[in-house]
Amino acid sequence: MNSVILSATARIFFTAMLLVSIWILFRGHNEPGGGFVGGLMGAAAFSILAFASGVPTARRALILHPIVLAGVGLALAALSGLPGLFYNDSYLLHHWGYVPLGFTEIKVGTTMIFDLGVYFVVVGGILSFIFRLYEEQPV
Amino acid sequence: MVDQIDLVWPVLLPLGFAALTACLWGAIGAQRVVTIAGVIAQLYVSLRLLFTILETGPLAIQFGGWAPPFGITFVADALAAVLVATTGVVVLGVGLFALYDMRQRHAHSGYYPLFFGLVAAVNGSFLTGDIFNLYVWFEIMLIASLGLLAISRTPAQIDGAIKYGILNLFGTILFIFALALIYGSAGTMNMADLARILPELPLTPGVAAAALMLIAAFGVKAGAFPLFFWLPASYHTANFAVGAIFAGLLTKVGVYATFRVFTLLYEAEAPVFSLVFTGLAGTTMLIGVIGAVVQTNIRRMLSFLLVSHIGNMLMGLAIATPEALTGATFYIVHHIVVMANLFMVAGAIAAVSGSDNLGRIGGLLRSQPLLALLFLIPALSLSGVPPFSGFWGKFLLVDAAFRAESYWLAFIMLLAGFLTLYAVSRIWMEAFWKDAPIKLSARRRLPPVYAVSIAVLGAVTVGIGLFAQPLVELSITASAEMLDPASYVAAVFGEPEAVRLGESLPGETQ
Repeated sequence: MNSVILSATARIFFTAMLLVSIWILFRGHNEPGGGFVGGLMGAAAFSILAFASGVPTARRALILHPIVLAGVGLALAALSGLPGLFYNDSYLLHHWGYVPLGFTEIKVGTTMIFDLGVYFVVVGGILSFIFRLYEEQPV
Repeated sequence: MVDQIDLVWPVLLPLGFAALTACLWGAIGAQRVVTIAGVIAQLYVSLRLLFTILETGPLAIQFGGWAPPFGITFVADALAAVLVATTGVVVLGVGLFALYDMRQRHAHSGYYPLFFGLVAAVNGSFLTGDIFNLYVWFEIMLIASLGLLAISRTPAQIDGAIKYGILNLFGTILFIFALALIYGSAGTMNMADLARILPELPLTPGVAAAALMLIAAFGVKAGAFPLFFWLPASYHTANFAVGAIFAGLLTKVGVYATFRVFTLLYEAEAPVFSLVFTGLAGTTMLIGVIGAVVQTNIRRMLSFLLVSHIGNMLMGLAIATPEALTGATFYIVHHIVVMANLFMVAGAIAAVSGSDNLGRIGGLLRSQPLLALLFLIPALSLSGVPPFSGFWGKFLLVDAAFRAESYWLAFIMLLAGFLTLYAVSRIWMEAFWKDAPIKLSARRRLPPVYAVSIAVLGAVTVGIGLFAQPLVELSITASAEMLDPASYVAAVFGEPEAVRLGESLPGETQ
């Protein structure tokens, strides 16, 4: 697409949307958001880049092939349940811990790995469709 | 507690292999090696679950440590476990078959991750104890199967995939409407909880409509009359390995869901349901087989036969005596193995003669005697000729029908069985007996991996036929559990004395 305005703003939008999507991902445990919504936002960021600067640029920005990203995400989500299986005999029972930073503590848990996995699956799955649709010739 | 972990693996393992094959996107050779390891591991965990269940009786596991009915439950009773084990066997056979059938371009279209995704969805449907979760597995199954159906991206496949997709989406929409009605009445989606609550509720229009919508939704999935026509319109366009896994497993998930819901949530013995199921079973058996005898494409004919034999399984639910459910369970297991095998044989016929259209091929008895033998085992088993597995399945069902004095159903079933024999003998006459109408320029060899995978499933059929007793005993256990939902409920809620049907749990206020 040859629009100067779109090309000029695409980079800003891309960065902003990606950051917001990661913020949505991590606030998702107790507030609206999470891996699925964040993943949709992240996929939208890459779609804008693909729309403005072409699919090859967006593919380079993603580094991994979308399907590989989805595979990594599925693996992360599946692995995040395993500690529960081995310690409590209940798959997907999540474990929590606190990381002290001196002035405050961060609550971390295996659900974050699960959410990150969902995020990757959504980004990878949606982009594998969108990239193919934008491309003139299938690669 | 350790035993319950066995319940997780038949779903988690294929999900893990789907992830692994997706991660190996660029390396197709590695994907194939991983797939071989995956199908063998899948068989192991499936059989392990079956043996655990045989030892302990029905088992349940709660995900995330949530107490029932709040979390997602997986339950394995004898019916679910035997179907998971059969899935493991078929996955091994088709997984090997696909090594030759699926070429590089199919792997580039995502064959291997989709294959494992489908296996996970099928096992998830068999094992889940939460009816909304069943809906989710149906959706995963639909997505994975759409991708597999259109994997060659030919116009015929896209056409088949659209018909398949639209009809199945219609089915899942009906399913979710029914779930909304049930949730509105009972306030829970856990099947064990519903088994306690639903029979006690007055039969409001909502609950009754939900039952009919569930019959329609599962009827679409199972390929029952009159909602079967997507099946013969799409299965013959799929690649042979994909057709085999679809024919073996997908419709049986619909049948399983019907059995589960109409023994646990509703009672199939109720006069209205037994009337509906009798009508469905009879028409499905008859219409399917009549469609089959006029076909000229092998896989179209097999698709119609598949529809016809779905009627045989529904007949178990129509009669709903212990003997009938035993026969139906036996028949489902037999049919999964035999149908997958026949679709693979069709692939082998096409590989050695260039077509699966009966008018264009012939002379295979002379050129491929081994293939002729490999065809005869599942074909005779499908038509119910002793000593193969189909004979025992039909024998148990006909015996049950006579005991319940359902003479019409028994008559239709025997007639359909006779016409099935006619249909498969047409394949025999046309493909194997008559001379080839077109001489091939070079004699083609049967790919060894085809022979091995078809022979493995053929051996299972012969094995079930000759040593039917263990599977019959397993089917008797499964049918006893189906008719006594208390054992299912007790597996989920523990404490059998507290969960007699219709009573409240400790701490529960009404």
